[in-house]
Amino acid sequence: MNPFSAVLFRDMRLATRAGGSAALALAFFAAVATLVPLGVGSDLHLLSRIAGGVLWIAAVLAALLSLDRLFQSDFEDGSLDLIALSPLPLESMSFAKIAAHWLTTGLPLTLLSPLLGVLFGLPPAGYAPLVLSLAIGTPAVSAIGAIGAALTLSIRRGGLILPFIVLPLLAPAVIFGSGAVLGVLDGLSNGAFWLLGAFSLVAVLLAPFACAAAVRLNLAG
Amino acid sequence: MASIFEFANPKRFMNLSGAVLPWLAVVCVLSLGAGLYLGFTAPPDYQQGDTVKIMFIHVPAAWVAMMCYGLMAVASLLGLVNRHPLADVAAKTAAPLGAVFTALALITGSLWGKPMWGAYWVWDARLTSFLLLLFLYLGYIALWNAIEDETRAARAAAILALVGVVNLPIIEFSVDWWNTLHQGESIIRSGGPLIAGVFLWPLGLMAVGYTTLFFTLWMIRIRTEIIERRIRALQLGIA
Repeated sequence: MNPFSAVLFRDMRLATRAGGSAALALAFFAAVATLVPLGVGSDLHLLSRIAGGVLWIAAVLAALLSLDRLFQSDFEDGSLDLIALSPLPLESMSFAKIAAHWLTTGLPLTLLSPLLGVLFGLPPAGYAPLVLSLAIGTPAVSAIGAIGAALTLSIRRGGLILPFIVLPLLAPAVIFGSGAVLGVLDGLSNGAFWLLGAFSLVAVLLAPFACAAAVRLNLAG
Repeated sequence: MASIFEFANPKRFMNLSGAVLPWLAVVCVLSLGAGLYLGFTAPPDYQQGDTVKIMFIHVPAAWVAMMCYGLMAVASLLGLVNRHPLADVAAKTAAPLGAVFTALALITGSLWGKPMWGAYWVWDARLTSFLLLLFLYLGYIALWNAIEDETRAARAAAILALVGVVNLPIIEFSVDWWNTLHQGESIIRSGGPLIAGVFLWPLGLMAVGYTTLFFTLWMIRIRTEIIERRIRALQLGIA
């Protein structure tokens, strides 16, 4: 097995086995989505309008929940040092970690979203854009979140500061993602999917380099 | 002694900034004074009435807030690439100033919005992107404060600033896009048609005043930080 897939499969196994964060992130996603109608009322007309936005926000929060340990646990038990010594470049390692995070968090969230869409009374036309926008956009959430995780990996309470530095950077993903759903429901032709795709591509392309730089400076100390 | 080499350039900076600082402060006080006087004596706008005067303290604050992020990013890049301690200090000390100018722009903007839009807060594209800019500044400051080791904190914060500067135009664009998608009521753009000379003069003077105010405060903060680090180095030397 080459080093890249070794890191990828190792991270996926860690996330899905006992004590892993993948199932918890999914449960959190469902719990947040359940709290919203309790907060804003059970008017299905209102809920169907805000479904796309609420599910997008819940997905971002759920992804962030599991991000803070992305590099930190490896940093604490020393495996990050070993990976850094291996022939695998830190950029590839970061990309493998981002991919593993998306496959264990972003992808399951995307697949679960239609079910929560039913609870929100999302009109039938909204399901395809909801799933598609989450599928296109959640890689950007994992990628940009990974930058925050790499920057805060040496901070003991990094889990508190991570969402604060990452959420403003994720504004475009939330805007384009929920806008894509709303645009289809309103029958507007807008470029939301293309813009979301462009944002996601740029984020996934550049994030490994920022992550690697952040990991390097934290290991140098 | 390593510390002397480390502060060789900061020393030159201290001499230079010590000479420039009084002049900068004088320009700042004069242009702010003249700008405020011309601003308050300017005739009310035919459409916006006296509220147009808020523009004189609002627009320059917004302009300095954005310029500050650009300068912070340049300093971060220099600190990251050239490993220059002075650049790290410059980036670190710029952030709180930028946050304050952003907050000032937001507060004056919402005070202007109350009579013009009928609400203190409207999810206008510019207000929203400035709120996000404020969060970027606060996140940068929080990251810097959370990491104990100074050089490590400087580099982590520099990476965050650079990620932010790549992302800022995208955020700006997305918020504009979002605003046109959601916009219900029409919005009166500040500035409106052509700005008459009676408004342009105080605005220009206030822009000069705010910019020099920013550079004066920035220089003082950098000098203070250098002196603090020198004291710490001396205390470590004694201990």
